[in-house]
Amino acid sequence: MSYLMAIGTKKGLFTATSDDRVNWDVTGPHRLGGDASTVQTGVYAIGIDTRRDTPRLFVGADSSHFGPSVWHSDDAGATWSEPADAPPIALPEDTDTAFARAWQFGFGPEPDVVFASGEPHSLFKSTDGGVTFELNRGLWDHPHRTEWFPGFGGAAIHTIMPHPTDPAKMSVAMSTGGFYQTEDGGASWNPTCQGIRADFFPEPYPEFGQCVHKAVRAAGDPSRFYLQNHGGVYRSDDGGHKWNSIAEGLPCDFGFAMVAHPHRTDSVLSFPVHADANRFLPDNRLQVHRSDDGGSTWREVSQGLPTEPYFGIVLRDAAATDAAEVPGYYFGTRCGDVFVSTEDSENWVQAASHLPDVLCVRAARM
Amino acid sequence: MAVTVYIPGALRNEAEGAKSLDVEVDANATLGAVLDTVASRHPRLGRRVRDERGQVRRYVNVFIGDDECRTLSGVDTKVPDGTEVRILPSVAGG
Repeated sequence: MSYLMAIGTKKGLFTATSDDRVNWDVTGPHRLGGDASTVQTGVYAIGIDTRRDTPRLFVGADSSHFGPSVWHSDDAGATWSEPADAPPIALPEDTDTAFARAWQFGFGPEPDVVFASGEPHSLFKSTDGGVTFELNRGLWDHPHRTEWFPGFGGAAIHTIMPHPTDPAKMSVAMSTGGFYQTEDGGASWNPTCQGIRADFFPEPYPEFGQCVHKAVRAAGDPSRFYLQNHGGVYRSDDGGHKWNSIAEGLPCDFGFAMVAHPHRTDSVLSFPVHADANRFLPDNRLQVHRSDDGGSTWREVSQGLPTEPYFGIVLRDAAATDAAEVPGYYFGTRCGDVFVSTEDSENWVQAASHLPDVLCVRAARM
Repeated sequence: MAVTVYIPGALRNEAEGAKSLDVEVDANATLGAVLDTVASRHPRLGRRVRDERGQVRRYVNVFIGDDECRTLSGVDTKVPDGTEVRILPSVAGG
């Protein structure tokens, strides 16, 4: 049994393999396809489609010189493909807009359907296994789109959550845009942000425009979500319509990443950041917090992490689980360190160090 | 008429390793038409140089002879017969 971890950094893609999830063989930066320039390309999105007999890896990368693209690999990252004749993702001519970069890949219940979201605010669907993608017009033409503002990281739909069993349903989230859902296969979208703070607007909080940093769907209950906001940590039990605070017990309510346990509905990890205006770790110490009761209580699970002062936060897509029966958790920091836990997040081991800024991490059993 | 397009090292793999391409275009063709011809032969090379709107990417410079195209009329600049067009990445990044 082997495990693959893919690490997207500000300067390229790194991969790591392990049989025991403790000792990791790290390689990279990898060349994506033919271009020498892709060795130091910013990798903002990674997906691993484990629904296939042979898992397919996706990388959304953005060369500062030569623009964005999406590559896929069917041999665990040894070789990469990109369509020759047409870009895998592009905005249609009538939008008069250039696609900037992919931010996340999503996999729903339909085989060979792959979703990708990106910057500017856009959602794409592929029906050929993720080789080519088509823009979702329902969201692109939404009347709210002109009022979604770029967060500090860019004007992107950063989180996409297909419903695990119903292809008609899907949820997306974006900074300074909020949380939107469709129940008709993407034809129409509605904001569902009731209860989520937006401190940069006067009260009452608006219907949309909240600065959601990350949302995750709980395992075993499609109507349960956890959400890390730009100030505020929330849970929804009604399919993402009404949100209640679960920040009590965390050292602070700011942060970017969250990871839901792949099998237990009530279990979730949080990676707190001190505050909006002080984007360092609480007490300048790398730490992870875990709840096993749906966010009612939290406890710190930082055994094995550095104890000296640490200044690299965990970005929104830089934490993940491999979804194994005994799940592994993975996260990377802006200091280029990557940590893995296979003991229900009670003890962390360092899998990689001194990489460029880690932007995203994904892992799977291969 | 004939134009020679020089390819930067980082992108030569997308041009089957060629350092330059000889391109045949109509008389009075624009730089855009030259790049269209290059893109039709090597689509991935084409989209590394320009985005889907046809705009030259921000940190890519395309010289028409001694002049960077943005100092002329961009992709609408007329390209005389025998011109050497050079695609060069900007000095940028860290």
